[in-house]
Amino acid sequence: MLLFPMKAWERIAVADFANQQPLALHVPEPKARPGVEPDWSGLTLPPAGAQPRPDETCAAAETWPLCTDLIRVLDEDGVAQGPWNPRLDAETLRTMLRNMALTRAFDERMFRGQRQGKTSFYMKCTGEEATSVAPAMALAADDMVFPSYRQQGILITRGYPLEDMINQIYSNKADKLKGRQLPIMYSARDYGFFTISGNLATQLPQAVGWAMASAISGDTRIAAAWVGEGSTAEGDFHSALTFATVYNAPVVLNVVNNQWAISSFSGFAGAERQTFAARAIGYGVAGLRVDGNDPLAVYAATRWAANRARSNAGSTLIEHFTYRAEGHSTSDDPSQYRSAQERSTWPLGDPIVRLKNHLIALGEWDENRQAAMDAELAEMVKAATRAAEANGVLGHGMHHPFHTMFEDVFETLPWHLREQSEQAMRERRIKWPDWRPEDGDEMP
Amino acid sequence: MAIELKMPALSPTMEEGTLAKWLVKPGDTVKSGDILAEIETDKATMEFESIDEGTIGELLVTEGTEGVKVGTVIATLQGEDEPAAPAASPEAAPAPAAEPAADPKAQAVAAIAPRHDAKPAADPEIPAGTTMVPTTVREALRDAMAEEMRADPGVFVMGEEVAEYQGAYKVTQGLLDEFGAKRVIDTPITEYGFAGIGAGAAMGGLKPVIEFMTFNFAMQAIDHIINSAAKTNYMSGGQMRCPIVFRGPNGAAARVGAQHSQNYGPWYASVPGLVVIAPYDSADAKGLLKAAIRSQDPVVFLENELVYGRTFDVPQLDDFVLPIGKARVVREGKDVTIVSYSIGVGFALDAAQQLAAEGIEAEVIDLRTLRPLDKETVLASLAKTNRMVVAEEGFPICSVASEIIAIAMEEGFDSLDAPVLRVCNEDVPMPYAANLEKAALIDAGKIVAAVKKVCYR
Repeated sequence: MLLFPMKAWERIAVADFANQQPLALHVPEPKARPGVEPDWSGLTLPPAGAQPRPDETCAAAETWPLCTDLIRVLDEDGVAQGPWNPRLDAETLRTMLRNMALTRAFDERMFRGQRQGKTSFYMKCTGEEATSVAPAMALAADDMVFPSYRQQGILITRGYPLEDMINQIYSNKADKLKGRQLPIMYSARDYGFFTISGNLATQLPQAVGWAMASAISGDTRIAAAWVGEGSTAEGDFHSALTFATVYNAPVVLNVVNNQWAISSFSGFAGAERQTFAARAIGYGVAGLRVDGNDPLAVYAATRWAANRARSNAGSTLIEHFTYRAEGHSTSDDPSQYRSAQERSTWPLGDPIVRLKNHLIALGEWDENRQAAMDAELAEMVKAATRAAEANGVLGHGMHHPFHTMFEDVFETLPWHLREQSEQAMRERRIKWPDWRPEDGDEMP
Repeated sequence: MAIELKMPALSPTMEEGTLAKWLVKPGDTVKSGDILAEIETDKATMEFESIDEGTIGELLVTEGTEGVKVGTVIATLQGEDEPAAPAASPEAAPAPAAEPAADPKAQAVAAIAPRHDAKPAADPEIPAGTTMVPTTVREALRDAMAEEMRADPGVFVMGEEVAEYQGAYKVTQGLLDEFGAKRVIDTPITEYGFAGIGAGAAMGGLKPVIEFMTFNFAMQAIDHIINSAAKTNYMSGGQMRCPIVFRGPNGAAARVGAQHSQNYGPWYASVPGLVVIAPYDSADAKGLLKAAIRSQDPVVFLENELVYGRTFDVPQLDDFVLPIGKARVVREGKDVTIVSYSIGVGFALDAAQQLAAEGIEAEVIDLRTLRPLDKETVLASLAKTNRMVVAEEGFPICSVASEIIAIAMEEGFDSLDAPVLRVCNEDVPMPYAANLEKAALIDAGKIVAAVKKVCYR
């Protein structure tokens, strides 16, 4: 249909091409919507152990086959296979299992807390635990991480106190972020954990910039960043990759491809055409595509990329191929837009079950110990929740002192904010004469 | 002591919901994780789980009840050691003092009463006798887009989650079904990308309506909005028009923190080449969005998430289009003028109601359009009342309030009996915690105080 008047030369052009087929717009559509049985036949799953492991300092182009393949270590029987097997000792494997199980137990409790009105918002990482726990173990403890909003497994692995995480989620009087930030948008400088941003993908160029600064100052620490596959559409992704390759930045860029960006399936980010790892090659950056539900493969890929960065051989883009087993957040109801059977039929299984089976196959673990650990972790989370609740929950009034609202806007409190603060205090005293000084009524 | 189960906030912005279904009854034993009820929000249906163990005492809100406010006690739970007794003391769900209700159920429902009962006066532009239909702002916006899409095949909607998900805030509800995936287009996550794509489509002759999930995310797209959409017609010597609408929620919602709570009205209103509209009620939302879509100029259309669910009358007319650039007197008064826009109008009307009880008759002006600004209406009101307060939900510095005050100084100086005051948010990034957020935002009380000041009362 011609909607608008054309100039003479345009009419001629249309007449010339009158016999040609009209153009058609393609709009991506996922294979399964609610009520439809998922079809994974288009998904090629190579056998575990079949992928070659090039030298960590190889040319980026040498990683091309690994960008369209899938690095896998654990096979169907829970046995570790091939050159990517990181050959971790049993104690390390049990620690990895415990970190993932603790992350899941924490998510369960916090999700229920949200349903109970104790916080306004929560985001689970169920099914994706390996993509944060295994990298956190493969990186050095002081490497700087720039997470997106679903990498709570990093904080848990690095030993950040659960109670402090919950204080932040409840935005209570012990919240280290002083009631300023959305639940789960943690910041933990002492744990090398950058402030989580609510705006997508901004952490990617920031991680590259941090890594470049580390190189400029002759430091030994590298940076790592995480982003969802949906957010790779952001311009920040392109900027980050460009700078990473131009300056050979010591950075590991992780794309967590969990198939869904809220209700938009990965096709809206380009997955119908090419893998996300493959984008690395166009920039001249090394690319790895890894089974994100295989904790050993994730660990090995991260270690490869970290060693490459540490030896000044350049950046790596890792695509973690996984599945978001739960809704995007507590505000989301995925049954409205995707097949409920996707989770149960997801061909790559569950990362915790896979590592558990591996440890059992090694003779280093059993179901009883797993059950005992799960019970212990649930208790641990419950105790941390109780301790945090003593500091207040959402809407119970035990918040940060009132005057702190005006702090940290600038390094020093400007006169106009001091005046506003004092005026607010005065009004509060008039309105609530019984207000106690310990509630934060006084200026510092 | 019975545990009070309260209506949970199932999303950061939820203020009320429908208690769709109870899955337990009094006397049932529940344990942690059991599903107690299904609750519908404007976004989705959610399951409400128990975190504590015990026996259900009483269900205080019947299933099917709509508009149950967050925090309302909806049921009680007895701990393990105490008997399940008829629970709920009268203070369990505080009701408005005017309506004493003995029945706790009635009290729970009474607590649902809408908070913004001061409504704008009827628009004089609507012919007398027109049937008025109560409509939420959300529906009014959707109706405006649907009507324009039916009338003009060149109009299409594009943005994140606008199609399959029906809009992150359900503003595009039903559009995908009616118009299909080629006119209601889900996009990759790149505001910069789809703002540019939209500008290109507009220059190519179509009429895009670009939805930003919120205007906070449009900051990365601002280059296309300002440097592409707003200037191309000028720079091309008038050859290249860009008839595009950028729309979405703007300003603070509830507890979404510093990065998601900003009012961009003053930013866009400072840019030549842009039309900036920020309506308050449903009729203005509909009439002005239709006008925006028809406009040959690029329009930034600023909505407010907290207002989406409010209901106002919309005239039942075949083609209800309002003029861009005209403010509206939403309440007449003789003592003082309160100028506002968007959600601030609700606060201003509430303030005017309180002031009337104290003998001060405030005239309330809804600017509706921020660029071009209707200064005639503002100055005419100032000439009548001689006192003015500007209420704006946004930062005070370089605000629309600053602009109104400048106009009053330049062109209304002889009318002024007192300095014009502005009531804005605190000059800090928006905190998350509910108490700090409340303290940082404007409210009716702050407007009342400023009005008394300019009235020397």
